[in-house]
Amino acid sequence: MAEYEIPNELRYTLEDEWVRVEGERVTVGVTDFAQQQLGDIVFVELPEVGSAVERGEPFGVIESVKAVSDLYAPVSGEVVEVNADLADHPEHVNGDCYGDGWMIAIALTDLSEPDGLLDAARYRKHVEERSQE
Amino acid sequence: MTGDLPRYIPHTERDVRHMLDAIGVSELEELFACVPEKLRLARALELPRAASEQEVMAELGRLAARNASAESHDWFLGAGCYAHYVPAAVQALASRAEFYTAYTPYQPEISQGTLQTIFEWQTLLCALTGLDVANASLYDGASATAEAVLMAMRVTRRSRVVLADGLHPHYADVLRSYLRALDVEIAPLGRAADGRSEPVEPSVDERTACVVVQQPSFFGTVQGLRAAAEAAHARGALLVAVTTEALSLALLRAPGELGADIACGEAQSFGVPMSLGGPALGFLAARERLLRQMPGRLCGQTEDAHGRRGFVLTLSTREQHIRREKATSNICTNQGLCLLLATIYLSLLGRVGLRKLARINYAKAEYAKRRARETRGLRLPFSAPTFNEFVVAVPDSGAEALARAQAAGIVGGLDLAAYEPELGPAVLVCATELASRDAIERLMAALAGSGAKR
Amino acid sequence: MSDPRSATGGPERLGFATRGLAWEEPLIFERSVPGRVGYSLPDLDVPDADPADAFEAEALRDDLADFPELSEVDVVRHFTRLSTWNAAVDLGLYPLGSCTMKYNPKVNESAARLAGFAAAHPLQPEALAQGFLELVWRLERQLAEVSGMDRVSLQPAAGAQGELAGIMMVRAYHEHRGERRTRVLVPDSAHGTNPASAALNGYAVATVPSGRDGVLHPDAVAAAMGPDVAALMITNPNTLGLFEPHIAEICEVVHAGGGLVYGDGANLNALLGIARPGDLGIDVMHFNLHKTFSTPHGGGGPGSGPVGVKNTLAPYLPVPMVRKREGSEGTGYALDYEFPRSIGRLHANFGNVGMFVRAYAYLRSLGPDGLRRCAEMAVLNANYLLARLRGRWHVPYDRPVMHECVLSDRQLEPSGVTTLDVAKRLIDYGYHPPTVYFPLIVHGALMIEPTESEPLEGLDRFVAALDAIADEAARDPQLLRSAPHRTRHARLDETRAARHPVLRWQPAPSS
Repeated sequence: MAEYEIPNELRYTLEDEWVRVEGERVTVGVTDFAQQQLGDIVFVELPEVGSAVERGEPFGVIESVKAVSDLYAPVSGEVVEVNADLADHPEHVNGDCYGDGWMIAIALTDLSEPDGLLDAARYRKHVEERSQE
Repeated sequence: MTGDLPRYIPHTERDVRHMLDAIGVSELEELFACVPEKLRLARALELPRAASEQEVMAELGRLAARNASAESHDWFLGAGCYAHYVPAAVQALASRAEFYTAYTPYQPEISQGTLQTIFEWQTLLCALTGLDVANASLYDGASATAEAVLMAMRVTRRSRVVLADGLHPHYADVLRSYLRALDVEIAPLGRAADGRSEPVEPSVDERTACVVVQQPSFFGTVQGLRAAAEAAHARGALLVAVTTEALSLALLRAPGELGADIACGEAQSFGVPMSLGGPALGFLAARERLLRQMPGRLCGQTEDAHGRRGFVLTLSTREQHIRREKATSNICTNQGLCLLLATIYLSLLGRVGLRKLARINYAKAEYAKRRARETRGLRLPFSAPTFNEFVVAVPDSGAEALARAQAAGIVGGLDLAAYEPELGPAVLVCATELASRDAIERLMAALAGSGAKR
Repeated sequence: MSDPRSATGGPERLGFATRGLAWEEPLIFERSVPGRVGYSLPDLDVPDADPADAFEAEALRDDLADFPELSEVDVVRHFTRLSTWNAAVDLGLYPLGSCTMKYNPKVNESAARLAGFAAAHPLQPEALAQGFLELVWRLERQLAEVSGMDRVSLQPAAGAQGELAGIMMVRAYHEHRGERRTRVLVPDSAHGTNPASAALNGYAVATVPSGRDGVLHPDAVAAAMGPDVAALMITNPNTLGLFEPHIAEICEVVHAGGGLVYGDGANLNALLGIARPGDLGIDVMHFNLHKTFSTPHGGGGPGSGPVGVKNTLAPYLPVPMVRKREGSEGTGYALDYEFPRSIGRLHANFGNVGMFVRAYAYLRSLGPDGLRRCAEMAVLNANYLLARLRGRWHVPYDRPVMHECVLSDRQLEPSGVTTLDVAKRLIDYGYHPPTVYFPLIVHGALMIEPTESEPLEGLDRFVAALDAIADEAARDPQLLRSAPHRTRHARLDETRAARHPVLRWQPAPSS
């Protein structure tokens, strides 16, 4: 079974996004499990700075050579930063999904929302369940 | 004849027996046990009995003989489908089984012939249209136009379309069919006295996704794209330039250089037989920034594991087989073999030959126009410059004028009564390189009828 | 490029494919030599006309820069060499599932080239196109007879366009009845064009799961059915090659809820003369002339996707259709636009007429007995392959199939070799691979459709190749992971093509 990196200090969603909570804002990307499932990433479509996002709703699209997937907002708020590097270097999502592969930063409208996200242990369990299928 | 096995199916009774044994059943019927009895067809299909090859060719020969063609008549009918001479090498090359019995090039290592051809086509189209990317064909010019409009709507997230006058009526029909399910406002413009469209500018607003201009128009007039492009861009809309006679692109300035964001239309003129309108060759090209919203297949350059250049279908995630309900289009099969015909044709004509051919077409049509002007009883209602098609007003009716032409062995053009009745009796005449001077003379005399005087 | 031979097999030792000379050939633009002439144009017999007299300079082009200049010899060599790099049905088995890569008869090509078809124009007067109109009239009716539908339009240019037409008609039908239905049901095994066609018509798509036995069940359809469902789209036999045994009941469930059933006709080859979609409860379906009816695939088209309907949907058919003249009109055929609720046109003219001629020649060549033989031999071939393959390969739905069978990659798991690797290694044995990774409900699917064109010995050889590859997977997995080895190109980098798209040739910038 493949080894998936799941940093303990982050939080996660069922749709395989990771969330780094930084006070009143969060940074969002896709997890190691997600990037392994998708394969070589070729394109990431991200929203514009200033757009509003809603928890559970798609905020963008990630494409690999053979697959495409929506990206879902883990929290509600306003997009305050977007990783412009991904336009020329989509491979950062494969090589460093928790670092250079970050996607957007969201200013929270509800500061308690991140509490509802999965912690690393629960996310690991979610990954293991699906890997056994 | 009856009792012979069909020659396309190799199995002898001995083969069948052997295979049934391997499967473990005793009768062929048992293989259809999965189809419930009550759902089975209880009779033979009521179709004509199988005919031998010579009888099939005889029957099709009889059917074909009851159609006029550009080989039996002098030909002046265009209106979106054009009679051009196709060099023998085009069909000879495209008849190679490795081209026409091949599948879509999903396995690139054994499809480089098809893929390199597509890459060459895409390059030629970009050169012709002055745009950055072109796709690997769509069904025809009409569906290409519909796809271009849908693309503009996706890009701008707007749902209003301004149609300049002069869009081929069948293209407008197809566009309406494609847009019917969506909440789209279509704003058609009227026509100016010279045969061109009314100016676009007053009609474009912030809800407009695109302006669609056909050039040359259905009437052969060259509209000019610059003003329409500026009007569209000033309001954040796109310009879609449509052409039904792709040869015009060899004479006229590239739509991309005049401000078009998307160029689309019909490339049948490039080596594809008229064939009663199909198969045809829809093309679509666009600016780089619109790439991800392009429908249809795209062929891209890459390398293999040893660094050798090769070609693959790419950016497939836009397409139906991956994106499914979020696809840019549902198109799967396109017009691959027609693309090959066109690429061979353009390679033969080349940089110099294609322009010379366009000049020949232009000269023939200009001569025909001059003769029409000089023939009593005929009139040219539109003064705008044209490419190889133009409208001729006739004395009695389009039907009668064309009947006179037909009696002289000429298919003289399109009767415009069903399309543009307010023009009065008129015919749309097209003169390509196939039109001889003599045929032009006879055509004008026939159209004018007894009113004609040299 | 070395090809390490495995101890017991390999394509050469087993007699599948040997080394051969492969020609190099650059892009046509790289072959260009200024001044070369490949055209032959007649002198003008009318006075020349200078476009500068009528047009402003801005309206005219100066040059066709980037276009090549070549002699006819250059062009002929170029494309002849390119053709040698392709696999094709005329070279060997092309077992793509749901594509029906059957033999493309040459008499069809001769017929399509007759001047009365190839050099005729869509807008020429009806009186001068009676042969064409009669052919359309006959082909419409023959397809209706084959499928059990009431009316057929030949207009859609491909299967996907036929689907589009079909769902447009469904939409028009419900609209006309004043009903607002917003969803279309699609099985999880469906081809991607199905949900795409539904979405293009503004419908939301809801997926219906197949049962564990690989087929649709009426209770699953009933659970998904509702007053907001416009239609169910179904393929029969389905993409696993299995006949949908509950289809009649499923159609009843949908009809009882006021919905319609759309039949994807891609797999019709299995049913010719055996059963008819119209008799099973299908209301509207498309045909693929380039699958079932032998018109060639052309390297990606042109195809043809006629759409067939029951009389309930006939008012919505695309126009024009063709009718026989009657009474005082005289004899012969005419275009028929009398469909006031038509969805309109989908094609500038009549559709891919050249394909109608080919399909008509095919139907006339086979007759009713020949068509039935197609279905019988197609189904025989697929079941024979299944019987011979099931020992070495995992069959996820191990039941009798119709015209195609599906293997999964489970047998490969210990070696780490994937379905893609197997597909690429099959190329070394001289085969175009089967369809891979579809349908999505089978892990690492290999969908194999031999068609009735393949003789027994061809099937045996294909099995031998797959068996040899199964051996190689166990013994030398790296050989497969780096396949193909014998083609002009090694495996091509699709990631690079997508990350850094280069979609046209451009001349090197002059320094």
